[in-house]
Amino acid sequence: MSDNTTTETVTLTVDGQDVTVPKGTTILQAIDQVGTEIPHYCYHAGLSAPAMCRLCLVEVEGAPKLLPSCVTQATDGQVVHTESENAVGMRRGVLEFYLVNHPLDCPVCDQSGECKLQDYVFTEGRERGRSREPKRIFGRDDFGGDVLFYGDRCVMCTRCVRFMEEIEQKPLLTIVDRGTRSIIDTFFERGLEEAEWGGNVVDICPVGALVSKDFLHKARAWDLKHTPSVCGSCSQGCNIDLHTRDNLVHRIKPRFNADVNGHWMCDYGRGNYEWLNRSDRVEEPTFVDDGRAVQLGWDATLEALEQRLAGVTGGVKAVVSASWSNEDLGAVAKFVESLGGGEIVFRSARAEDESPLKGFPSLARRRDLVPNIKGAELLGMTRVGGDEGRGGLEGVADHDGLIVVLGDDLADQDESFGSKASLFVYLGAHTSVGASAAHFTLPVSTFAEQKGTFTNHEGIVQEFLPALEAPGSARPASYVISSLVGAPA
Amino acid sequence: MGYPYSHDSEVPILTKHFGEPEARTLAGWKARGGYVALEKALAMSPADVIEEVKASGLRGRGGAGFPAGIKWSFMPSEREKPHYLCCNADEAEPGTFKDRELIRWTPHQLIEGCLIAAHAIQAEHVYVYCRGEFFEATQVFARAVEEAYEAGIIGADLMGSGHTIDLTVHVGAGAYICGEETGLMNSLEGRRGEPRIKPPFPAAAGVFGMPTTVNNVETLCAVPHILANGGEWYRQWGTEKSPGTKIFCVSGHVRRPGNYEFPLGFPLSELIHDVCGGIRDDNALKAVIPGGSSVPFLSEAECRDCMLDYEGVVEAGSMLGCASVIVMDEKTDIVHQVRRMAEFYAHESCGQCTPCREGSDWVVKILRRIEDGRGTEEDLDTLMEITRQMTGTTICVLSDSVAAPVQSSIEKFRDEYLALIRRGERVGAA
Repeated sequence: MSDNTTTETVTLTVDGQDVTVPKGTTILQAIDQVGTEIPHYCYHAGLSAPAMCRLCLVEVEGAPKLLPSCVTQATDGQVVHTESENAVGMRRGVLEFYLVNHPLDCPVCDQSGECKLQDYVFTEGRERGRSREPKRIFGRDDFGGDVLFYGDRCVMCTRCVRFMEEIEQKPLLTIVDRGTRSIIDTFFERGLEEAEWGGNVVDICPVGALVSKDFLHKARAWDLKHTPSVCGSCSQGCNIDLHTRDNLVHRIKPRFNADVNGHWMCDYGRGNYEWLNRSDRVEEPTFVDDGRAVQLGWDATLEALEQRLAGVTGGVKAVVSASWSNEDLGAVAKFVESLGGGEIVFRSARAEDESPLKGFPSLARRRDLVPNIKGAELLGMTRVGGDEGRGGLEGVADHDGLIVVLGDDLADQDESFGSKASLFVYLGAHTSVGASAAHFTLPVSTFAEQKGTFTNHEGIVQEFLPALEAPGSARPASYVISSLVGAPA
Repeated sequence: MGYPYSHDSEVPILTKHFGEPEARTLAGWKARGGYVALEKALAMSPADVIEEVKASGLRGRGGAGFPAGIKWSFMPSEREKPHYLCCNADEAEPGTFKDRELIRWTPHQLIEGCLIAAHAIQAEHVYVYCRGEFFEATQVFARAVEEAYEAGIIGADLMGSGHTIDLTVHVGAGAYICGEETGLMNSLEGRRGEPRIKPPFPAAAGVFGMPTTVNNVETLCAVPHILANGGEWYRQWGTEKSPGTKIFCVSGHVRRPGNYEFPLGFPLSELIHDVCGGIRDDNALKAVIPGGSSVPFLSEAECRDCMLDYEGVVEAGSMLGCASVIVMDEKTDIVHQVRRMAEFYAHESCGQCTPCREGSDWVVKILRRIEDGRGTEEDLDTLMEITRQMTGTTICVLSDSVAAPVQSSIEKFRDEYLALIRRGERVGAA
């Protein structure tokens, strides 16, 4: 259409609608731009396209046969029909083929509700299959790691095999045998234990063939609430969805972000969510009045704290956790500044090495196993302690002035921590022996329970939303602190 | 000399020395005029060799019948990357046994053809992909290759030409699908024998990603004769569009089955009733599969005026394929035969494409049920529709190969299916 300036685009017609795409785009991607989804299994945006599921066949005027849209390049003036009788009929046919041997065990299948076979057959499959023949049976196989394989449900799209080959680049999965007997398998006993990114094969499996052992029969897909969030397990900041039900995180799924994590996330991050479900939470604001712990609600507690702060001497020392948001850390920084300034330290566990994803080089499980190191550093906070995330608080433990702790569970400390302080304020999510001496224990929410941002290792600031209700009276630390500092002018 | 049967009216060009053990040796082959054509070709420019083969009109003998010279001309004319020639000796189509005989009786004919073709496409390496079950043929061929290497006919500066062409014999593991040219390339590279999507075509990116041409054994065996005698000479046989001679592999219910070499355009009925001695026990002819089991059946009536060339067989209602003529007499149970063929293809499907993987197996299950007397008339409609959905919807044509015999048999022998379904009557059961 555009004949002079832009030679880099082509314009084609998809179901009567003109669409202009960069040269080299496939018809499938062009169809996507129009806003229609052409059914497909073997094609995945993050992998190579073998064009073997034969579902994305479309009619292109002038072509003698239907063409696989996932590998056919869009060209100028092409007229593509996805809804022609021929294309729709062929998709119905292919979908019927898929059901010849599929067990239709949706009632007990974890994928049910988010299954592409269900979706496609429901949308445009035959009302009834015509096969009366006995079905082929493969059974179930433990693939190792968190992955369980139900061979009978498999549609042989080979996404999992290609993920291991192309993205993780540890070819631990393969196709065994051929024809209708072909099946995905591991090599002998070498399962996915050796994989560090193996959980992704469960995500990309379009059906219930590869399922998570951890999630097995835990919840139905339609009962889960999906909340956009950021992974809290390292400084990469993978974009994720927290899947919750009954105020518990049931699983973590990666959310696409081309700049940070693509379609992927590591097994470590995926499996590290149980701490968000911990029940040993600090629930009510508590303070020590005349040697007695009292719970009088937020207003009275904060009022009391304000009075105590007025008379505090000896300088401020603060300990924070880099698992808390920029907003929370910023509030602490501001608070310390308002009290005349003082040292703010954080501790964090560090792995020995990074664990990169070879096929997606900008993604790795980073050394720092907390999400907001960069945010803390940018706020002028300093790291103390060892790589296991302990120690380094000697100077704080015996401090005789004001001690403020946010988020750090003080797991390596005993009752004596802060016992010499003139005032010890513990803003924490979990109850802790190390916080026994605290004069004020203020319940705060975790990142899963509030809105906020983390700054990843590259300095990208990413937002997360509340997925869970905070327990009891817990509230975001930034709310608590800002009511002490007063609203910024 | 045909082997084991021959006929006086044959035109033996490729098969002339079948049955002569000395022809297998280098000395024996040279005594029969061997390697003259190669010497001549090596002195010519690659483009001239291609022109000569184009002039002959030689068409690919593997089944598709694509003109060999034109196929060669698709290769880049400048050698910027290594070029490869693959000789497809994975002959596995049921009913075909010509390549095996060519290899085991005239291995030097094939070597010569390979080297001329390699020179024409400027290939530095020839891979001869032998079917895994060809134990004897492969042994004979490997010995001939060794001899030719020692004599300086293969390898560096072959025959003093200054060129280098190497030849490797690669033995497959007996998978039918590795006879598909891109499946063959995957297998050669050590991958699963799964056909590749085209484009890219082999001439652009073939084996090991390099420009590649894949030719059938019989095609390559015809090349030395064309180079020695000229393209026009080759055209004295056959038709305008299908020149030259062709080996017809006749099997089934004839008195003298075997390989017979005739000019293309030879009448099918003459081949069956005269050359092959007619039908066994003087039975009546029921059907013929003219091009290997992946092409449609021809009914008795369709056979009568069928001429065996690429166009003639299409006109009659089937395809010449690799000219493997399977003859079936009146006692043949068509349903049983079709079931066996479908089983073969279902077993050999690589399993990539859904219509082939699931469809071929489904077809087999239905046919088995019909054969067991548990079929219904709706099954025939289902079979027709399934096979229609298996035609033209996959990466390679194996899926179409399941469909062709099923569809054509239901169209042409519906009565036989119905007799079985309605009354449990089977042909030849008594």
